[in-house]
Amino acid sequence: MRDLAELPPQTRGLTTIVGAMSLIAVLLMVQVWLLSAALESFLKGNLTSAIPAAIFSGVIFLICLGLYLFVERIDADVRSH
Amino acid sequence: MNWLRRASSDPLWKDEFSIHTADERYVTRRQLTKFLVLTSLGMFVGNIWILIRSAFHRAPQFPAMKVATAGEIPVNGVKLFGYPTEKERCILVRTNDDRYVAYSQKCTHLSCAVYYSQENRRLECPCHEGFFSIEDGSVLQGPPPRALPRVELENRAGNLIAIGMKEG
Repeated sequence: MRDLAELPPQTRGLTTIVGAMSLIAVLLMVQVWLLSAALESFLKGNLTSAIPAAIFSGVIFLICLGLYLFVERIDADVRSH
Repeated sequence: MNWLRRASSDPLWKDEFSIHTADERYVTRRQLTKFLVLTSLGMFVGNIWILIRSAFHRAPQFPAMKVATAGEIPVNGVKLFGYPTEKERCILVRTNDDRYVAYSQKCTHLSCAVYYSQENRRLECPCHEGFFSIEDGSVLQGPPPRALPRVELENRAGNLIAIGMKEG
């Protein structure tokens, strides 16, 4: 098995992007569940669960945004080689 | 004419059109990542919308309204009525001699009208076979996610008065 450092920069960049995408996809599933649970709770008349749901959803969005910026930086690095 | 062609395994058209498949995929994956992040933003906005709705949610006012007179319907009989407005259909059931229960007639799954099944003594939604307990409106079976909203009743001098609604 080849060491990651031996791979060409573009292949390494692709691997990073695929990894980040997978992580974002998993986070999105959690966010979908959060949204549906918050909506269900709201329709049930429970108004207190909306705050933690919004906070967690915001944190997940920030993580996704961070991963996207990370991907952009990796992409710029790879292209500069 | 094979001797005119290059020894490379790549087809000739790739020389003419220098498209790098890896580069193409690279851009596509970046675009997909951007799309996923925008989807995440959309869901965050959805959560914020629910939060705002919760913050500005006011408890609805329910007027006192006469629904029926005691003894008007037989045991296991039903009466349909509108509460708090005529458009919000509800169902009143007399479960025994001196007990009456009333629920919103709108199924919590997809809003089909539920009906009372006398044989099974439960409220049934004909659309997707969601069943609700006649005792408290809770879900017995099927896809409904919540119990039926219950109409609070009071017996005032032989008149059944609806005084409010409680979410399931």
